[in-house]
Amino acid sequence: MSGMVLGLFENYWQVSILRSVGVLAAVLLPAGTFVYVFLFKMVSFMQSRLGPMEAGPFGSMQLLAEVGKFIQKEDIVPEQADRKLFKAAPYLVVGTVLLVYLAVPFGPDMWFANLEGGVFYILAVSSISSLGVLLAGWSSANKYALIGGLRAAGQLIAYELPMVLAVVGVVIQAGTMNLSGIVAAQANGEIFGFSGIGNPYFITQFVALGIFLIAVQAELGQTPFDMPIAESELVTGYITEYSGLRFLLFFIGEFASAGAFAAVAATLFMGGWAVPTAWADLDSNWFNLIGPLLMLTKMMLIGGLIFFVRFTFPRFREDQLQKLAWTVLIPIALVNILATTILKVAF
Amino acid sequence: MTFLLAAAQNADAPTLAAQNVAFGIIAALMIYAAVRLVTTDNVVHAAVHLVLVLAGAAAQFILLGAEFIAITQVLVYIGAIVVLFLFGIMLTKAPMSGEEKLSRDNWMLGGATGLVLLGLLGYALIDSFGGDRLPADLMPTDTRAVSDAIFGTYLVPFEIISLLLLAALVGAIVIARRD
Repeated sequence: MSGMVLGLFENYWQVSILRSVGVLAAVLLPAGTFVYVFLFKMVSFMQSRLGPMEAGPFGSMQLLAEVGKFIQKEDIVPEQADRKLFKAAPYLVVGTVLLVYLAVPFGPDMWFANLEGGVFYILAVSSISSLGVLLAGWSSANKYALIGGLRAAGQLIAYELPMVLAVVGVVIQAGTMNLSGIVAAQANGEIFGFSGIGNPYFITQFVALGIFLIAVQAELGQTPFDMPIAESELVTGYITEYSGLRFLLFFIGEFASAGAFAAVAATLFMGGWAVPTAWADLDSNWFNLIGPLLMLTKMMLIGGLIFFVRFTFPRFREDQLQKLAWTVLIPIALVNILATTILKVAF
Repeated sequence: MTFLLAAAQNADAPTLAAQNVAFGIIAALMIYAAVRLVTTDNVVHAAVHLVLVLAGAAAQFILLGAEFIAITQVLVYIGAIVVLFLFGIMLTKAPMSGEEKLSRDNWMLGGATGLVLLGLLGYALIDSFGGDRLPADLMPTDTRAVSDAIFGTYLVPFEIISLLLLAALVGAIVIARRD
């Protein structure tokens, strides 16, 4: 893999700066798109209303206005709160999202860090955000916030396991944990000798995809798994005491991690930035431009699914949430691993 | 000056200056966090400092090119801290201001044990690896090599440890269930 990106930059420092800026863009752009397209417009359509219309054409600048509003607000810290932890917690949540994006490739050379154990790395760092949520809940010195934080932690512990087990099936089939390797395995793959559409894993690993998406929904705390911020019981859970910039950070963290998990799902199950090798030459420099666009399209598909479920289903009860993870998802994921292993050896 | 010259003459091994500086900074942070971990009077603060120590260990593994071990460190230990937090908050009162004194009267004994362990482990490490140097072309360890070692050379110890952990898990559940 060459050090050149788009044939423009060759020096190590140039490529490194480009990659660092790229991570920020990769976090903020999908997050903003998700908020506008799904939170503002799709839910408005589903509820027979227009959504924001005033700021910019069709309200497209509404998000910037919202950011400006939040930045102006006073940053309040409760008197009894643990000041340092209270202030640090939102940064921990947002930082986690940056770390997750680090391992996702967006083109043949458009990667931030080409880690050997990419999938494993993503699953490991994505659990750090639960620490931030728990700290936010505890340091607020508010019982609603504390219960919200505890619920979030219990939820993340329960759903991390099915997520890891679901991904194991993909890793076994691809034979590598490197995300670029998984993309290549899907682009070069063939189904019973037919290589016209490669072998995107949503066909063979559909069980894993289902479990992964349910677990993502729970890890993100989106409805039907939004018990940590259940507004009818807990005000807004662990973000009750936050205002201004720090509230905005939690908000960005929520949608940016939705984008991050959509990117991971697109890479693992839908072929990532690539198209089947039968269609085009994937090593071509053009794919450094087309790749990110393809990736964004696939992310929008997965994100659309996540938010469609969010706006359609009512909230589960806390015990139903735990029961679903431990008695349904984990056994199915284990069976999926077993089946994948047997088929991998057989073919 | 003579020391520098001697070091320069001895420099057939690469210096890896950036790695050494980073190692020093991270090690200093880890030591600070470790001291705060045992001296703080607040359960949650202690857990946060434990996170810092373990994250520092993961960073040191990355500096050594042991990518897989570093990721495992984050997944297993920092993930486990969340559980520790849950128990810390739910089983103790975890007061916000930490008026309660967490240190016990026999902390001297614990300190002495720590020193003995430090000496013992330090001696063992320096005795067996003191002369080793990192290779000049430090590359991340191949994950395949790690898995080959675990499931090839060390298969029997690995399986025995797995069984031991499973037994501990079952035991913990049996103790916790009282019906």
